[in-house]
Amino acid sequence: MHSTLIVARMDLESSAEVGKLFAEFDRSEMPHRMGTRRRQLFAYKGLYFHLQDFDADNGGELIEDAKTDPRFMQISQDLKPFIGAYDRRPGVPRPMRWPPASTTGRLPHEPAARRHEGRRPLMGRRVVITGVGVLAPGGIGAKNFWSLLSEGRTATRAITFFDPSSFRSRVAAEIDFDPQLHGLSPQEIRRMDRAAQFGVVTAREALADSGLDLAGFDPHRTGVTIGSAVGATTGLDDEYRVVSDDGRLDLVDHAYAPQHLYNYFVPSSISAEVAWAVGAEGPATVVSTGCTSGIDSVGHAAELIREGTADVMITGATDAPISPITMACFDAIKATTPRNDDPEHASRPFDGTRNGFVLGEGSAVFVLEELDSARKRGAHIYAEIAGYASRCNAFHMTGLRPDGREMAEAIKVALGEARMNPESVDYINAHGSGTKQNDRHETAAFKLSLGEHAYRTPVSSIKSMVGHSLGAIGSIEIAASVLAMENQVVPPTANLHTPDPECDLDYVPLTAREQRTDAVLTVGSGFGGFQSAMVLARPERSAA
Amino acid sequence: MSARTVITGIGVATPNGLGVDGFWAATRVGKNAIGRVTHFDPTPYPSQLAGEISDFVAEDLLPSRLLPQTDRMTRLALVAADCAFKDAGIQPGDIPEFDMGVVTASTAGGFEFGQNELKKLWSQGSEYVSAYQSFAWFYAVNSGQISIRNGMRGPSGVVVSDHAGGLDAIAQARRQIRKGSKLIFSGGFDATDLHLGLGRSDRRGRLSTSSDPDRAYLPFDAAADGYVPGEGGALITLEDEQTARERGAQNIYGEIAGYGSTFDPKPGTGREPGLRRAIEVALADAGVEADQVDVVFADAAGTPQLDREEADASSAVFGPSGVPVTAPKTMTGRLYSGAAPVYVVSAVLAIREGLIPPTTNVELSPEYAIDLVTGQPRPAPVRTALVLARSYGGFNSAVVVRAAD
Amino acid sequence: MSEQEFTIEALKQILLESAGADENIDLDGDILDTDFEALGYESLALLETGGRIEREYGISLDDDIFTDHRTPRALVAAVNACIKDTVTA
Repeated sequence: MHSTLIVARMDLESSAEVGKLFAEFDRSEMPHRMGTRRRQLFAYKGLYFHLQDFDADNGGELIEDAKTDPRFMQISQDLKPFIGAYDRRPGVPRPMRWPPASTTGRLPHEPAARRHEGRRPLMGRRVVITGVGVLAPGGIGAKNFWSLLSEGRTATRAITFFDPSSFRSRVAAEIDFDPQLHGLSPQEIRRMDRAAQFGVVTAREALADSGLDLAGFDPHRTGVTIGSAVGATTGLDDEYRVVSDDGRLDLVDHAYAPQHLYNYFVPSSISAEVAWAVGAEGPATVVSTGCTSGIDSVGHAAELIREGTADVMITGATDAPISPITMACFDAIKATTPRNDDPEHASRPFDGTRNGFVLGEGSAVFVLEELDSARKRGAHIYAEIAGYASRCNAFHMTGLRPDGREMAEAIKVALGEARMNPESVDYINAHGSGTKQNDRHETAAFKLSLGEHAYRTPVSSIKSMVGHSLGAIGSIEIAASVLAMENQVVPPTANLHTPDPECDLDYVPLTAREQRTDAVLTVGSGFGGFQSAMVLARPERSAA
Repeated sequence: MSARTVITGIGVATPNGLGVDGFWAATRVGKNAIGRVTHFDPTPYPSQLAGEISDFVAEDLLPSRLLPQTDRMTRLALVAADCAFKDAGIQPGDIPEFDMGVVTASTAGGFEFGQNELKKLWSQGSEYVSAYQSFAWFYAVNSGQISIRNGMRGPSGVVVSDHAGGLDAIAQARRQIRKGSKLIFSGGFDATDLHLGLGRSDRRGRLSTSSDPDRAYLPFDAAADGYVPGEGGALITLEDEQTARERGAQNIYGEIAGYGSTFDPKPGTGREPGLRRAIEVALADAGVEADQVDVVFADAAGTPQLDREEADASSAVFGPSGVPVTAPKTMTGRLYSGAAPVYVVSAVLAIREGLIPPTTNVELSPEYAIDLVTGQPRPAPVRTALVLARSYGGFNSAVVVRAAD
Repeated sequence: MSEQEFTIEALKQILLESAGADENIDLDGDILDTDFEALGYESLALLETGGRIEREYGISLDDDIFTDHRTPRALVAAVNACIKDTVTA
């Protein structure tokens, strides 16, 4: 029975070595049995797996080419404890959460039929999330990320990336990230800034999670939209030090510039890398609206599917801003916390003792699909992107109006687009950065938009645990929201011991809460004066 | 609401002209504005030419409160936004603030500002870094500053896709108009490559090393050897046509009729680049057949391989030399995210005058089967124009601009 | 290091350089007791101004300096007190 596919079930904690093997395998010269149109590689939880036909009747041995390749055999032996297989024959039950291959009647290696690429009907297309990839401090991979959140653990710590002793704020939420372990090749590592590396790793995880790489997709109808607030700032900071000799030279010495400096200059290189990694050739761009980038990027992608420009979008956001220049610029406006003596408890959204945010880093990327085609192929559907809106506050580049009016407006428009009442919202995933200004602004916005229902709705900020990764956090918070829906659990606001009397909603202090989370509102607020809101819901719930 | 999104106001600042009239007077006759860099001493660098805006005095045009917190490209954008508002004949209060939004493109943000702060950080210490650094460098700064200065509280957006981003922003603005916003500002500004040499540190050989301003940026020429960077861009006001007519808009320059965007296959696959598809998607979106297009504004990368790809895409869609092609950006250098919005402005002005502005300095190589408008402007009825933009990495965008009458 | 005095003229100079001036405000007029906000300086302008004062006078100002001292006269006095403390410390 040759139509069965390998799927992987792996615990990241136990499989670092396996990841290295697969990374090696990725660079090897395996015969491509599935044509050259698409890579055979897929990833899950940061590890890489090759797709081969699988002989289920023969105890799960690999067949044909793979059988004859000693390298693959070696790897497959090593992996045996981790690899499971499922059978696609009719009547055989499928493992949960693992979507089968395409049900559109075409095998993965068959090219998609060419379709008309042009104007399509604007109405009626609904957009769902079918794959999730996350890299967050303390939470590498969606599974570990959710463990961190649901257990209320924090990943903030004293900065280790550079000597922070001359800075006002010396805490951050850093990721222990080894690009090699995640299968990036030496050349990929050299040409990509850390933010781009995050983006590629999470994109691969999302694609594998969606099962879409097994099902096959039309690259021309697949786009990429990645959000990033500061792009390759960290890379530019590093390179500037060299070409200017630590600022000694007014005119930099170009002889010291690396070959790939231009990649750092233009953050669109991040979307290019992601598009290459997943094989997308539809519309591609970077959305960079400061700290709302992570919501706006996904909102933009959803619009492209809804209007018919794309059928699949690989979308999310990434930022890796923990560098001296970023810390210095937030020091200058006293936006980051000076609570250096207690890094683990430094991020305290909605707490009366909060005094600024904790800078973080990370990425979350999603696979978005049109609802009907996702259903047809039997994809696991995490949530529908039911509504989205962004508004300018026309007020201040860093300040917020205390009345929360623009955010309330964005929330109302997003709910309207979702055709949902404020009362439908089960949980609010807040921006909750941990500055007094934000927490009060946001609280006001929830009351203004949801009325009395705001008081009945749990609100929490995961920035208490994973810090504020600028443009990335909006997508990381979307990931938290869909995982909350998945688990029917509201993640808590960690470090919330002494409520700010002016923030009088239910902020879910310290411990996660089991409760219905079928519709989630997630919001963001950022420099430039942008406020964004997105409504995520179970598709059956938000059906108009 | 009608289905058409129209351009009702223009603010443009390029090396060869400020404002609609100045810009067009220079562009229609092919005034070259490329010269040796003056912002800093380019002597140490292999590439020493640029298109610089020489007659822009921010101090005369913007409040002093804004100057310490803005990079040059933001100042240019703020002034252009003022001009576009004026050109659109809109006074503050004419349109409810929640019905006005802004979607801009950027390539490298306010990098000159950022580089100065990097210098302070590493040569003096972190406490010397400006409080404005937290936003003056970042890519969203122009959308933020424009919305604040003009009291716009509607949808916001910022896209970054190098050159193509300028068209992606306009397409996103059109989306917002279609969703019900009354007015969206869109376009892009960059002053990327003028920054104290860091932008000159591109070792990938895409910048022309010629020192002759008339023989440096030569797309589709046998001597093509890279491009010359420039600064500037354009902002336009977009409105729903019916809304614009109802308010008695003084200018309805043209319609953003179609848009397409694609990404190239990964290098090394040997497959066809995505530009042709982007053109086809844009034409289909506009409901336009290839033979209805009167002029193509070429991306004109200025390197043999990219020029070849563009000529091939053009031939594939329009037939060999099947449509007039022009690249007036040869006058100014490539303006990054500003380039394509400037082209959209050129397109509507070409429609208005019935004149295709020329590609300057270029002698068309017989290699390319395109009808390149070189030397002199070409009088021609223009109703439909196609604007192309391609970006480093493989981004392709195309916009169809059509006469509004 | 000899004790420097922070004057209103020095404050005006720093304000102009770090934040410009509102068109409707004459900084040379009688501004000593006018709120910074009324002079057109919001939080960011004051943070930039505070940073400049700290660097030029080698002092460290409280985070709340501008909330506690809302006018030029009050700020000048507070900065001078801080300079004195720093020198004697």
